[in-house]
Amino acid sequence: MKIKVLVAKPGLDGHDRGAKVVAMALRDAGMEVIYTGLRQSPESIVKAALQEDVDVVGLSILSGAHMKICSKVLQLMKDSGIGNKPIFVGGIIPAEDAEELRRAGIFEVFGPGTSLKSIAEKIEETVKK
Amino acid sequence: MRFMEPKIDQLRVSKVLSIIENDTEEARRIIDELPQRDYFVIGVTGSPGAGKSSLTDRLACMSADEKSTAVVAIDPSSPFTGGAFLGDRIRMRRATDDPEIFVRSMASRGNVGGLSPSIYNTVELLGRSGYERIYVETVGAGQSETDIVNLADIVILVLAPGLGDDVQTMKAGIMEIGDIFVVNKSDLPGSDQLFSRTRAILELSGKQLPVVRTNSIKGNGIEELHKKIGAILEDHVDSGRLSEKRRKRNLYNNLNSAYQIIKEHYAENAKLEELIKYLLENIGRESK
Ligand code: B12
Ligand SMILES: Nc1nc2c(ncn2[C@@H]2O[C@H](COP(=O)(O)OP(=O)(O)OP(=O)(O)O)[C@@H](O)[C@H]2O)c(=O)[nH]1
Ligand SMILES: [Mg+2]
Repeated sequence: MKIKVLVAKPGLDGHDRGAKVVAMALRDAGMEVIYTGLRQSPESIVKAALQEDVDVVGLSILSGAHMKICSKVLQLMKDSGIGNKPIFVGGIIPAEDAEELRRAGIFEVFGPGTSLKSIAEKIEETVKK
Repeated sequence: MRFMEPKIDQLRVSKVLSIIENDTEEARRIIDELPQRDYFVIGVTGSPGAGKSSLTDRLACMSADEKSTAVVAIDPSSPFTGGAFLGDRIRMRRATDDPEIFVRSMASRGNVGGLSPSIYNTVELLGRSGYERIYVETVGAGQSETDIVNLADIVILVLAPGLGDDVQTMKAGIMEIGDIFVVNKSDLPGSDQLFSRTRAILELSGKQLPVVRTNSIKGNGIEELHKKIGAILEDHVDSGRLSEKRRKRNLYNNLNSAYQIIKEHYAENAKLEELIKYLLENIGRESK
Protein backbone atom coordinates (compact mmCIF):
# COMPACT_ATOMS: atom_id res chain seq x y z
CA MET A 1 0.00 0.00 0.00
CA LYS A 2 1.22 3.48 -0.86
CA ILE A 3 2.36 5.70 1.99
CA LYS A 4 0.59 9.06 1.98
CA VAL A 5 2.28 12.05 3.56
CA LEU A 6 1.06 15.59 4.08
CA VAL A 7 3.78 18.24 3.87
CA ALA A 8 2.57 21.59 5.15
CA LYS A 9 4.04 25.01 5.89
CA PRO A 10 2.23 26.54 8.84
CA GLY A 11 2.04 30.20 9.69
CA LEU A 12 3.63 33.16 7.94
CA ASP A 13 6.98 31.46 7.45
CA GLY A 14 8.08 31.89 3.83
CA HIS A 15 11.02 29.43 3.91
CA ASP A 16 9.66 26.74 1.65
CA ARG A 17 12.85 25.30 0.20
CA GLY A 18 13.18 22.61 2.85
CA ALA A 19 9.52 21.59 2.61
CA LYS A 20 9.76 21.27 -1.16
CA VAL A 21 13.04 19.36 -1.07
CA VAL A 22 11.62 16.94 1.47
CA ALA A 23 8.35 16.57 -0.49
CA MET A 24 10.27 15.73 -3.66
CA ALA A 25 12.52 13.28 -1.83
CA LEU A 26 9.53 11.44 -0.38
CA ARG A 27 7.92 11.31 -3.81
CA ASP A 28 11.13 9.85 -5.20
CA ALA A 29 11.04 7.29 -2.41
CA GLY A 30 7.72 6.12 -3.85
CA MET A 31 5.34 7.95 -1.51
CA GLU A 32 2.29 10.02 -2.39
CA VAL A 33 2.93 13.49 -1.06
CA ILE A 34 0.22 16.07 -0.62
CA TYR A 35 1.81 19.49 -0.59
CA THR A 36 -0.37 22.33 0.67
CA GLY A 37 1.86 25.29 -0.01
CA LEU A 38 2.64 28.25 2.23
CA ARG A 39 0.74 29.99 4.99
CA GLN A 40 -1.46 27.23 6.32
CA SER A 41 -3.35 27.64 9.56
CA PRO A 42 -3.31 24.72 12.01
CA GLU A 43 -7.01 24.31 11.17
CA SER A 44 -6.41 23.94 7.44
CA ILE A 45 -3.52 21.53 8.07
CA VAL A 46 -5.65 19.26 10.22
CA LYS A 47 -8.52 19.51 7.75
CA ALA A 48 -6.18 18.45 4.95
CA ALA A 49 -4.89 15.53 7.03
CA LEU A 50 -8.46 14.44 7.63
CA GLN A 51 -9.71 14.75 4.06
CA GLU A 52 -6.64 13.15 2.54
CA ASP A 53 -6.43 10.36 5.12
CA VAL A 54 -2.64 10.60 5.19
CA ASP A 55 -0.43 8.20 7.15
CA VAL A 56 1.98 10.90 8.29
CA VAL A 57 1.70 14.65 8.85
CA GLY A 58 4.84 16.66 8.11
CA LEU A 59 5.33 20.26 9.23
CA SER A 60 8.18 22.50 8.11
CA ILE A 61 8.80 25.43 10.45
CA LEU A 62 11.74 27.84 10.24
CA SER A 63 10.07 30.87 11.77
CA GLY A 64 10.68 30.10 15.42
CA ALA A 65 6.96 29.68 16.13
CA HIS A 66 7.17 25.88 16.35
CA MET A 67 6.04 25.49 19.98
CA LYS A 68 2.79 27.35 19.50
CA ILE A 69 2.01 25.85 16.11
CA CYS A 70 2.74 22.28 17.16
CA SER A 71 0.64 22.46 20.30
CA LYS A 72 -2.29 23.82 18.29
CA VAL A 73 -1.96 21.13 15.63
CA LEU A 74 -1.70 18.40 18.27
CA GLN A 75 -4.82 19.71 19.98
CA LEU A 76 -6.82 19.94 16.75
CA MET A 77 -5.74 16.46 15.68
CA LYS A 78 -7.13 15.14 18.90
CA ASP A 79 -10.39 17.11 18.62
CA SER A 80 -10.99 16.10 15.01
CA GLY A 81 -11.08 12.40 15.80
CA ILE A 82 -8.39 11.57 13.25
CA GLY A 83 -6.53 9.53 15.83
CA ASN A 84 -2.86 9.13 16.46
CA LYS A 85 -1.13 9.99 13.24
CA PRO A 86 2.62 10.45 13.57
CA ILE A 87 3.64 14.08 13.14
CA PHE A 88 7.12 14.84 11.81
CA VAL A 89 8.54 18.34 12.20
CA GLY A 90 11.50 19.82 10.35
CA GLY A 91 13.21 23.21 10.22
CA ILE A 92 15.03 25.41 12.73
CA ILE A 93 14.21 23.83 16.09
CA PRO A 94 16.60 24.24 19.06
CA ALA A 95 17.49 20.95 20.75
CA GLU A 96 15.67 21.64 24.00
CA ASP A 97 12.52 22.61 22.10
CA ALA A 98 12.78 19.43 20.06
CA GLU A 99 12.88 17.44 23.27
CA GLU A 100 9.80 19.20 24.58
CA LEU A 101 7.95 18.69 21.31
CA ARG A 102 8.62 14.97 21.47
CA ARG A 103 7.27 14.87 25.00
CA ALA A 104 4.16 16.72 23.84
CA GLY A 105 3.46 14.09 21.18
CA ILE A 106 5.41 15.11 18.08
CA PHE A 107 6.83 11.90 16.68
CA GLU A 108 10.18 13.13 15.37
CA VAL A 109 12.07 16.39 14.78
CA PHE A 110 14.66 16.96 12.03
CA GLY A 111 17.05 19.92 11.76
CA PRO A 112 19.11 21.39 8.91
CA GLY A 113 21.42 18.97 7.19
CA THR A 114 19.39 15.83 7.89
CA SER A 115 19.88 13.47 4.98
CA LEU A 116 16.77 13.11 2.84
CA LYS A 117 17.31 9.38 2.71
CA SER A 118 17.15 9.04 6.47
CA ILE A 119 13.91 11.07 6.58
CA ALA A 120 12.29 8.79 4.00
CA GLU A 121 13.54 5.70 5.83
CA LYS A 122 12.25 6.91 9.16
CA ILE A 123 8.80 7.60 7.73
CA GLU A 124 8.67 4.24 6.02
CA GLU A 125 9.72 2.45 9.17
CA THR A 126 7.13 4.31 11.23
CA VAL A 127 4.22 3.61 8.89
CA LYS A 128 5.10 -0.04 8.31
CA LYS A 129 5.10 -0.69 12.04
CA MET B 1 -14.69 23.00 16.98
CA ARG B 2 -17.09 24.23 14.33
CA PHE B 3 -14.56 23.70 11.55
CA MET B 4 -14.64 19.96 12.00
CA GLU B 5 -18.38 19.48 12.05
CA PRO B 6 -19.62 19.52 8.48
CA LYS B 7 -23.03 18.10 7.50
CA ILE B 8 -21.46 15.03 5.94
CA ASP B 9 -19.10 12.96 8.09
CA GLN B 10 -15.84 13.72 6.27
CA LEU B 11 -13.74 11.52 8.50
CA ARG B 12 -15.80 8.48 7.57
CA VAL B 13 -15.84 9.35 3.87
CA SER B 14 -12.10 9.91 3.92
CA LYS B 15 -11.32 6.56 5.53
CA VAL B 16 -13.62 4.68 3.15
CA LEU B 17 -11.99 6.40 0.16
CA SER B 18 -8.66 4.92 1.22
CA ILE B 19 -10.17 1.45 1.23
CA ILE B 20 -11.66 2.13 -2.19
CA GLU B 21 -8.31 3.25 -3.51
CA ASN B 22 -6.57 0.07 -2.41
CA ASP B 23 -9.10 -2.75 -2.52
CA THR B 24 -11.63 -2.72 -5.33
CA GLU B 25 -13.53 -5.80 -4.18
CA GLU B 26 -14.11 -4.30 -0.76
CA ALA B 27 -14.95 -0.98 -2.43
CA ARG B 28 -17.81 -2.57 -4.34
CA ARG B 29 -19.14 -4.21 -1.21
CA ILE B 30 -19.15 -0.95 0.74
CA ILE B 31 -20.77 1.01 -2.09
CA ASP B 32 -23.49 -1.58 -2.60
CA GLU B 33 -24.56 -1.19 1.00
CA LEU B 34 -25.29 2.51 0.54
CA PRO B 35 -28.48 3.76 -1.12
CA GLN B 36 -28.16 5.16 -4.63
CA ARG B 37 -28.43 8.91 -4.98
CA ASP B 38 -28.45 11.51 -7.71
CA TYR B 39 -25.29 13.50 -8.24
CA PHE B 40 -23.56 15.38 -11.03
CA VAL B 41 -19.95 14.86 -12.03
CA ILE B 42 -18.32 17.94 -13.50
CA GLY B 43 -15.03 17.17 -15.25
CA VAL B 44 -12.34 19.82 -15.49
CA THR B 45 -9.55 19.11 -17.94
CA GLY B 46 -6.94 20.94 -20.00
CA SER B 47 -3.20 21.48 -20.39
CA PRO B 48 -0.88 21.46 -17.38
CA GLY B 49 -0.99 24.87 -15.72
CA ALA B 50 -4.04 26.14 -17.62
CA GLY B 51 -5.73 26.96 -14.34
CA LYS B 52 -7.86 23.87 -13.72
CA SER B 53 -7.35 23.93 -9.95
CA SER B 54 -7.88 27.68 -9.57
CA LEU B 55 -11.03 27.45 -11.63
CA THR B 56 -12.33 24.38 -9.83
CA ASP B 57 -11.73 26.18 -6.55
CA ARG B 58 -14.01 29.03 -7.63
CA LEU B 59 -16.69 26.81 -9.14
CA ALA B 60 -16.79 24.50 -6.14
CA CYS B 61 -17.36 27.41 -3.79
CA MET B 62 -20.19 28.63 -5.97
CA SER B 63 -21.85 25.20 -6.02
CA ALA B 64 -21.41 24.87 -2.30
CA ASP B 65 -23.82 27.75 -1.72
CA GLU B 66 -26.63 25.47 -2.87
CA LYS B 67 -25.40 21.88 -2.96
CA SER B 68 -23.10 19.59 -1.03
CA THR B 69 -19.89 19.74 -3.00
CA ALA B 70 -16.79 17.59 -3.31
CA VAL B 71 -13.62 17.91 -5.37
CA VAL B 72 -11.29 15.14 -6.53
CA ALA B 73 -8.03 16.38 -8.02
CA ILE B 74 -5.77 13.94 -9.83
CA ASP B 75 -2.03 14.36 -10.42
CA PRO B 76 0.34 11.96 -12.15
CA SER B 77 2.30 9.22 -10.39
CA SER B 78 5.90 8.80 -11.39
CA PRO B 79 6.22 5.80 -13.71
CA PHE B 80 9.65 5.11 -12.21
CA THR B 81 9.13 5.23 -8.46
CA GLY B 82 5.32 5.10 -8.18
CA GLY B 83 5.51 8.20 -5.98
CA ALA B 84 3.50 11.35 -6.61
CA PHE B 85 3.57 15.03 -5.80
CA LEU B 86 -0.03 16.10 -5.31
CA GLY B 87 -0.15 19.87 -5.38
CA ASP B 88 -3.66 20.84 -6.40
CA ARG B 89 -4.64 21.93 -2.88
CA ILE B 90 -2.18 24.83 -3.24
CA ARG B 91 -4.55 26.50 -5.72
CA MET B 92 -7.72 25.53 -3.90
CA ARG B 93 -7.50 27.81 -0.93
CA ARG B 94 -11.15 28.78 -0.84
CA ALA B 95 -12.49 25.28 -1.22
CA THR B 96 -10.04 23.82 1.29
CA ASP B 97 -10.98 26.50 3.80
CA ASP B 98 -14.71 25.90 3.36
CA PRO B 99 -15.78 23.51 6.13
CA GLU B 100 -18.43 21.83 3.96
CA ILE B 101 -16.42 21.18 0.79
CA PHE B 102 -14.59 17.87 0.70
CA VAL B 103 -11.33 18.00 -1.26
CA ARG B 104 -9.34 14.88 -2.03
CA SER B 105 -6.11 14.52 -3.98
CA MET B 106 -5.40 11.34 -5.91
CA ALA B 107 -2.44 9.95 -7.78
CA SER B 108 -3.01 8.48 -11.23
CA ARG B 109 -1.22 5.27 -10.18
CA GLY B 110 -0.25 4.21 -13.66
CA ASN B 111 -3.55 5.02 -15.33
CA VAL B 112 -2.98 6.60 -18.71
CA GLY B 113 -6.31 8.25 -19.47
CA GLY B 114 -5.91 11.24 -17.13
CA LEU B 115 -7.82 9.70 -14.23
CA SER B 116 -6.95 7.25 -11.45
CA PRO B 117 -7.81 3.53 -11.32
CA SER B 118 -10.34 3.96 -8.52
CA ILE B 119 -12.00 7.14 -9.74
CA TYR B 120 -15.34 5.57 -10.69
CA ASN B 121 -15.85 4.01 -7.29
CA THR B 122 -14.53 7.15 -5.62
CA VAL B 123 -17.13 9.29 -7.33
CA GLU B 124 -19.88 6.77 -6.63
CA LEU B 125 -19.03 6.70 -2.95
CA LEU B 126 -18.98 10.48 -2.73
CA GLY B 127 -22.36 10.57 -4.46
CA ARG B 128 -23.88 7.97 -2.19
CA SER B 129 -22.43 9.77 0.83
CA GLY B 130 -24.52 12.81 -0.01
CA TYR B 131 -22.33 14.97 -2.25
CA GLU B 132 -24.49 16.35 -5.05
CA ARG B 133 -21.85 18.13 -7.11
CA ILE B 134 -18.58 16.35 -7.64
CA TYR B 135 -15.78 18.13 -9.50
CA VAL B 136 -13.04 15.97 -10.96
CA GLU B 137 -9.83 17.68 -12.04
CA THR B 138 -7.86 15.44 -14.41
CA VAL B 139 -4.09 15.35 -14.68
CA GLY B 140 -2.78 18.01 -17.04
CA ALA B 141 -4.04 16.64 -20.31
CA GLY B 142 -2.31 16.29 -23.65
CA GLN B 143 -4.16 14.40 -26.30
CA SER B 144 -4.81 10.95 -24.95
CA GLU B 145 -6.09 11.88 -21.51
CA THR B 146 -9.71 11.75 -22.52
CA ASP B 147 -11.23 9.22 -20.10
CA ILE B 148 -13.01 12.03 -18.30
CA VAL B 149 -15.63 11.98 -21.03
CA ASN B 150 -16.80 8.56 -19.81
CA LEU B 151 -16.93 9.65 -16.19
CA ALA B 152 -18.34 13.15 -16.20
CA ASP B 153 -21.82 14.45 -16.92
CA ILE B 154 -20.21 17.56 -18.35
CA VAL B 155 -16.63 18.27 -19.37
CA ILE B 156 -15.07 21.70 -19.05
CA LEU B 157 -12.00 22.13 -21.22
CA VAL B 158 -9.69 24.81 -19.88
CA LEU B 159 -7.38 26.60 -22.30
CA ALA B 160 -4.92 29.39 -21.58
CA PRO B 161 -2.65 31.58 -23.68
CA GLY B 162 1.04 30.80 -23.81
CA LEU B 163 0.74 27.05 -23.29
CA GLY B 164 0.73 25.99 -26.90
CA ASP B 165 -2.98 25.59 -26.46
CA ASP B 166 -3.47 27.02 -29.87
CA VAL B 167 -3.40 25.13 -33.11
CA GLN B 168 -1.67 22.16 -31.56
CA THR B 169 -4.33 21.20 -29.07
CA MET B 170 -7.14 22.24 -31.30
CA LYS B 171 -6.40 19.39 -33.64
CA ALA B 172 -6.02 16.82 -30.95
CA GLY B 173 -8.57 14.46 -29.49
CA ILE B 174 -8.95 16.56 -26.42
CA MET B 175 -10.87 19.25 -28.30
CA GLU B 176 -13.57 16.72 -29.00
CA ILE B 177 -14.47 16.03 -25.41
CA GLY B 178 -15.37 19.51 -24.16
CA ASP B 179 -18.98 20.53 -23.49
CA ILE B 180 -17.88 24.00 -22.44
CA PHE B 181 -14.67 25.72 -23.47
CA VAL B 182 -12.96 28.08 -21.08
CA VAL B 183 -10.30 30.52 -22.13
CA ASN B 184 -8.71 31.19 -18.76
CA LYS B 185 -6.12 33.83 -17.86
CA SER B 186 -8.10 36.48 -19.70
CA ASP B 187 -5.70 39.01 -18.17
CA LEU B 188 -2.74 37.70 -20.17
CA PRO B 189 -1.69 38.76 -23.65
CA GLY B 190 -2.78 36.32 -26.32
CA SER B 191 -6.09 35.69 -24.60
CA ASP B 192 -8.10 37.62 -27.21
CA GLN B 193 -6.60 35.64 -30.05
CA LEU B 194 -7.07 32.34 -28.27
CA PHE B 195 -10.69 33.22 -27.62
CA SER B 196 -11.51 34.07 -31.22
CA ARG B 197 -9.46 31.15 -32.53
CA THR B 198 -11.32 28.74 -30.27
CA ARG B 199 -14.66 30.07 -31.41
CA ALA B 200 -13.65 29.92 -35.04
CA ILE B 201 -12.50 26.33 -34.78
CA LEU B 202 -15.65 25.23 -32.99
CA GLU B 203 -17.69 26.93 -35.65
CA LEU B 204 -15.74 25.20 -38.38
CA SER B 205 -16.38 21.85 -36.79
CA GLY B 206 -20.07 22.70 -36.69
CA LYS B 207 -20.30 22.63 -32.91
CA GLN B 208 -22.33 25.22 -31.11
CA LEU B 209 -20.57 25.00 -27.81
CA PRO B 210 -20.17 27.84 -25.34
CA VAL B 211 -16.79 29.53 -24.96
CA VAL B 212 -16.32 31.49 -21.76
CA ARG B 213 -13.45 33.77 -20.81
CA THR B 214 -12.31 33.70 -17.21
CA ASN B 215 -9.70 35.05 -14.88
CA SER B 216 -9.60 32.53 -12.09
CA ILE B 217 -7.31 34.67 -9.95
CA LYS B 218 -9.63 37.66 -9.85
CA GLY B 219 -12.84 35.74 -10.45
CA ASN B 220 -14.02 37.36 -13.68
CA GLY B 221 -16.32 35.22 -15.79
CA ILE B 222 -16.74 32.52 -13.18
CA GLU B 223 -20.36 33.29 -12.46
CA GLU B 224 -21.19 33.16 -16.14
CA LEU B 225 -19.39 29.84 -16.41
CA HIS B 226 -21.18 28.45 -13.40
CA LYS B 227 -24.54 29.46 -14.86
CA LYS B 228 -23.71 27.88 -18.21
CA ILE B 229 -22.77 24.63 -16.50
CA GLY B 230 -26.08 24.65 -14.65
CA ALA B 231 -28.01 25.33 -17.85
CA ILE B 232 -26.30 22.54 -19.76
CA LEU B 233 -26.88 20.05 -16.95
CA GLU B 234 -30.55 21.01 -16.88
CA ASP B 235 -30.68 20.54 -20.62
CA HIS B 236 -29.13 17.11 -20.26
CA VAL B 237 -31.76 16.15 -17.70
CA ASP B 238 -34.57 17.19 -20.03
CA SER B 239 -33.14 15.58 -23.14
CA GLY B 240 -32.44 12.27 -21.40
CA ARG B 241 -28.74 12.61 -22.17
CA LEU B 242 -27.96 12.57 -18.50
CA SER B 243 -29.47 9.17 -17.84
CA GLU B 244 -27.59 7.91 -20.88
CA LYS B 245 -24.37 9.30 -19.36
CA ARG B 246 -25.12 7.57 -16.08
CA ARG B 247 -25.82 4.27 -17.74
CA LYS B 248 -22.49 4.59 -19.45
CA ARG B 249 -20.71 5.59 -16.26
CA ASN B 250 -22.07 2.52 -14.49
CA LEU B 251 -20.97 0.32 -17.32
CA TYR B 252 -17.48 1.74 -17.21
CA ASN B 253 -17.40 1.43 -13.47
CA ASN B 254 -18.33 -2.24 -13.62
CA LEU B 255 -15.76 -3.05 -16.25
CA ASN B 256 -13.09 -0.93 -14.69
CA SER B 257 -13.68 -2.54 -11.31
CA ALA B 258 -13.45 -5.98 -12.85
CA TYR B 259 -10.18 -4.96 -14.43
CA GLN B 260 -8.85 -3.61 -11.13
CA ILE B 261 -9.88 -6.69 -9.19
CA ILE B 262 -8.05 -8.88 -11.67
CA LYS B 263 -5.01 -6.66 -11.42
CA GLU B 264 -5.10 -6.67 -7.64
CA HIS B 265 -5.60 -10.41 -7.19
CA TYR B 266 -4.67 -12.29 -10.32
CA ALA B 267 -2.12 -10.05 -11.96
CA GLU B 268 -0.29 -13.02 -13.39
CA ASN B 269 -3.26 -13.90 -15.58
CA ALA B 270 -2.14 -11.78 -18.50
CA LYS B 271 -4.67 -13.06 -20.98
CA LEU B 272 -7.60 -12.23 -18.74
CA GLU B 273 -6.19 -8.82 -18.06
CA GLU B 274 -5.78 -8.25 -21.76
CA LEU B 275 -9.36 -9.21 -22.43
CA ILE B 276 -10.78 -6.86 -19.84
CA LYS B 277 -8.53 -4.10 -21.07
CA TYR B 278 -9.83 -4.68 -24.55
CA LEU B 279 -13.43 -4.58 -23.39
CA LEU B 280 -12.75 -1.45 -21.41
CA GLU B 281 -11.23 0.28 -24.36
CA ASN B 282 -13.89 -0.70 -26.82
CA ILE B 283 -17.15 -0.90 -24.98
CA GLY B 284 -19.54 1.96 -25.42
CA ARG B 285 -17.30 3.41 -28.04
CA GLU B 286 -20.25 3.84 -30.37
CA SER B 287 -19.85 6.59 -32.90
CA LYS B 288 -21.21 9.93 -31.76
C1 B12 C 1 17.44 30.38 2.37
C2 B12 C 1 17.01 31.20 3.57
C3 B12 C 1 16.11 32.23 3.35
C4 B12 C 1 15.47 32.48 1.99
C5 B12 C 1 14.27 31.53 1.83
C6 B12 C 1 14.02 31.04 0.42
C7 B12 C 1 12.92 30.00 0.39
N1 B12 C 1 11.97 30.18 -0.50
O1 B12 C 1 12.92 29.02 1.15
C8 B12 C 1 15.04 33.97 2.15
C9 B12 C 1 16.18 34.86 1.67
C10 B12 C 1 13.77 34.38 1.42
C11 B12 C 1 14.95 34.09 3.66
C12 B12 C 1 14.22 35.07 4.30
C13 B12 C 1 14.16 35.23 5.67
N2 B12 C 1 14.86 34.53 6.60
CO1 B12 C 1 15.89 32.98 6.18
N3 B12 C 1 17.12 31.62 5.92
C14 B12 C 1 17.52 30.93 4.87
C15 B12 C 1 18.64 29.94 5.27
C16 B12 C 1 19.98 30.57 4.91
C17 B12 C 1 18.59 28.56 4.65
C18 B12 C 1 17.22 27.87 4.70
C19 B12 C 1 17.15 26.77 3.68
O2 B12 C 1 16.52 26.90 2.63
N4 B12 C 1 17.82 25.65 3.95
C20 B12 C 1 17.87 24.50 3.06
C21 B12 C 1 16.77 23.51 3.45
C22 B12 C 1 16.83 22.27 2.56
O3 B12 C 1 16.96 23.13 4.78
P1 B12 C 1 15.82 23.13 5.87
O4 B12 C 1 14.70 24.01 5.51
O5 B12 C 1 16.42 23.28 7.20
O6 B12 C 1 15.28 21.63 5.74
C23 B12 C 1 15.98 20.51 6.22
C24 B12 C 1 15.55 20.11 7.63
O7 B12 C 1 15.24 21.20 8.43
C25 B12 C 1 14.43 19.17 7.44
N5 B12 C 1 13.07 19.65 7.17
C26 B12 C 1 12.61 20.85 6.82
N6 B12 C 1 11.29 20.84 6.63
C27 B12 C 1 10.84 19.60 6.86
C28 B12 C 1 9.58 19.03 6.83
C29 B12 C 1 9.41 17.69 7.12
C30 B12 C 1 8.08 17.09 7.04
C31 B12 C 1 10.55 16.91 7.49
C32 B12 C 1 10.39 15.51 7.80
C33 B12 C 1 11.82 17.48 7.53
C34 B12 C 1 11.97 18.82 7.22
O8 B12 C 1 14.86 18.46 6.30
C35 B12 C 1 15.52 19.33 5.38
C36 B12 C 1 16.62 18.57 4.72
O9 B12 C 1 17.65 18.32 5.61
C37 B12 C 1 18.41 29.85 6.82
C38 B12 C 1 19.65 29.54 7.64
C39 B12 C 1 19.88 28.07 7.78
N7 B12 C 1 21.12 27.71 7.71
O10 B12 C 1 18.97 27.27 7.93
C40 B12 C 1 17.85 31.22 7.14
C41 B12 C 1 16.89 31.40 8.34
C42 B12 C 1 15.92 30.22 8.36
N8 B12 C 1 16.20 32.63 8.02
C43 B12 C 1 15.98 33.35 9.06
C44 B12 C 1 15.31 34.61 9.03
C45 B12 C 1 15.24 35.36 10.34
C46 B12 C 1 14.75 35.11 7.84
C47 B12 C 1 13.97 36.44 7.67
C48 B12 C 1 12.96 36.68 8.79
C49 B12 C 1 14.78 37.67 7.51
C50 B12 C 1 16.22 37.52 7.57
N9 B12 C 1 16.78 37.99 8.66
O11 B12 C 1 16.80 37.05 6.62
C51 B12 C 1 13.30 36.26 6.30
C52 B12 C 1 11.87 35.79 6.49
C53 B12 C 1 11.22 35.22 5.25
C54 B12 C 1 9.80 34.78 5.47
N10 B12 C 1 8.85 35.32 4.73
O12 B12 C 1 9.53 33.95 6.29
C55 B12 C 1 16.51 32.70 10.33
C56 B12 C 1 15.40 32.11 11.20
C57 B12 C 1 15.65 32.36 12.68
C58 B12 C 1 14.79 31.55 13.61
N11 B12 C 1 13.87 30.76 13.20
O13 B12 C 1 14.99 31.66 14.78
C59 B12 C 1 17.53 31.70 9.76
C60 B12 C 1 17.71 30.45 10.64
C61 B12 C 1 18.87 32.43 9.60
C62 B12 C 1 19.48 32.82 10.94
N12 B12 C 1 20.43 32.06 11.42
O14 B12 C 1 19.13 33.83 11.51
N13 B12 C 1 15.65 33.14 4.29
N1 LIG D 1 -2.53 35.44 -14.87
C1 LIG D 1 -3.31 34.42 -14.51
N2 LIG D 1 -2.76 33.35 -13.91
C2 LIG D 1 -3.58 32.33 -13.56
C3 LIG D 1 -4.98 32.36 -13.80
N3 LIG D 1 -5.52 31.20 -13.34
C4 LIG D 1 -4.48 30.48 -12.84
N4 LIG D 1 -3.32 31.16 -12.97
C5 LIG D 1 -1.96 30.72 -12.54
O1 LIG D 1 -1.57 29.64 -13.35
C6 LIG D 1 -0.81 28.70 -12.61
C7 LIG D 1 -1.42 27.32 -12.70
O2 LIG D 1 -2.69 27.34 -12.08
P1 LIG D 1 -3.41 26.01 -11.59
O3 LIG D 1 -4.77 26.35 -11.17
O4 LIG D 1 -2.53 25.31 -10.63
O5 LIG D 1 -3.42 25.21 -12.96
P2 LIG D 1 -3.73 23.67 -13.22
O6 LIG D 1 -4.28 23.57 -14.58
O7 LIG D 1 -4.56 23.13 -12.12
O8 LIG D 1 -2.28 23.04 -13.15
P3 LIG D 1 -1.88 21.48 -13.04
O9 LIG D 1 -2.81 20.83 -12.07
O10 LIG D 1 -0.48 21.53 -12.56
O11 LIG D 1 -2.00 20.92 -14.42
C8 LIG D 1 -0.76 29.23 -11.19
O12 LIG D 1 0.43 29.93 -11.00
C9 LIG D 1 -1.95 30.17 -11.13
O13 LIG D 1 -1.76 31.19 -10.19
C10 LIG D 1 -5.53 33.53 -14.43
O14 LIG D 1 -6.74 33.66 -14.67
N5 LIG D 1 -4.65 34.52 -14.76
MG1 LIG E 1 -4.15 21.52 -10.77
